[in-house]
Amino acid sequence: MSGKPRLTYLNGRGRMEPVRWLLAAAGVEFEEVFLETREQYEKLIKDGVLLFQQVPLVEIDGMKMVQTRAILSYIAGKYNLYGKDLKERALIDMYVEGIADLMQMILMFPFSPPEAKEKNLDSIKERATNRYFPVFEKVLKQHGQDFLVGNKFSWADVQLIEAILAVEEKIPSVLSGFPQLQAFKIKMSNMPTIKKFLQPGSPRKPPPDERYVETVLKVFKK
Amino acid sequence: MAGKPKLHYFNGRGRMETTRWLLAAAGVEFEECFLESKDDMIKLLNNGVLLFQQVPMVEIDGMKMVQSRAICNYIAAKYNLYGKDLKQRALIDMYVEALMDLNELLMAHHLQPADKKEQHLATIVDKATNRYFPVYEKVLKDHGQDFLVGNQLSRADVQLLETLLMAEECKPDLLAKFPLLQSFKARTSNIPTIKKFLQPGSQRKPPLQEKDLPKVMKIFY
Repeated sequence: MSGKPRLTYLNGRGRMEPVRWLLAAAGVEFEEVFLETREQYEKLIKDGVLLFQQVPLVEIDGMKMVQTRAILSYIAGKYNLYGKDLKERALIDMYVEGIADLMQMILMFPFSPPEAKEKNLDSIKERATNRYFPVFEKVLKQHGQDFLVGNKFSWADVQLIEAILAVEEKIPSVLSGFPQLQAFKIKMSNMPTIKKFLQPGSPRKPPPDERYVETVLKVFKK
Repeated sequence: MAGKPKLHYFNGRGRMETTRWLLAAAGVEFEECFLESKDDMIKLLNNGVLLFQQVPMVEIDGMKMVQSRAICNYIAAKYNLYGKDLKQRALIDMYVEALMDLNELLMAHHLQPADKKEQHLATIVDKATNRYFPVYEKVLKDHGQDFLVGNQLSRADVQLLETLLMAEECKPDLLAKFPLLQSFKARTSNIPTIKKFLQPGSQRKPPLQEKDLPKVMKIFY
């Protein structure tokens, strides 16, 4: 048997964190290999395990998967977090892609120069409160169900709770105009697998700090 | 009945072109509604039809779909261009995501100011010939089949052809060292639906030129 999925990435959130969230939400245990030096990264490339010379890498079911979205789609499909038919899938994909755009801003934030940080933070706040959160607030209000799509826990719910918590770390009051999202946050946080992931000692990674930024630049410098 | 899919975007490739390719490859006729001015964009926004206030937007099967990946995923699955099982899907997704990375680079090329063009081209050549093309050349070599995944046409093939042609627009001899990609290109271009899309007068769009950029920017900003 293949054993547990094995994740190779830096010891930090970056592009791997949504994968950690999704596996954890699905109740799947996984192993991690952390890249700390450029030499380790170059060895991976030399060994030919990175299809496009990039991480994230997830070894799962005999495959060496790369490309975050490919990895997430596979996990969602495998663990029944991708809706029951093509149309539910379409909704989940739209929601997940929208959230990914917001998360991209958060991903890039630590790497912006100091003088741009305040402006970037304002942009994140603006986009979250004017473009993205209102959509999900409305979805939840209109159907009155606990989950975004098909009255069933899906990848979209995991992505949304991850995003809410990530934005709140930067802007603690961001949910103040969104009562449905506040209730959603509590419900999701109390789901057993997610509750476990939110406890100290889980594979969840802390917010990026200066040391993480330095490691990224060191390992991936061109 | 649902009617033909209707695509809302500006009259150019951008983030809608891959959708056009997939629909065309699947033999699906579609209509297009072009944004020409900021007013057109404002009208769409005011009609509340853009879920995240952005285009592309495709009206299909009673949905107003946004987010190009969601749109392409739906079309690929609906028209059997997404493999036969989860593992084939996984391979297709990996191939397609990397092609999207390369496409971003290629699309940006025509918009580079004159003094940056040469350096940008060097980056394209480096990434295309060292990171991306060798992967697809090897895939085709290893299994010796006509198509990238599962011995049948999939979105991976359509998107690879789209990318190969765009790459050659940047530098005509970019495929020189990749004989299997060259034969893939020739073979896939001859698939009837794709051949039709490659003919003048089809809905395929030309590359955006630097001079067209101000007009496009005005629509969105």
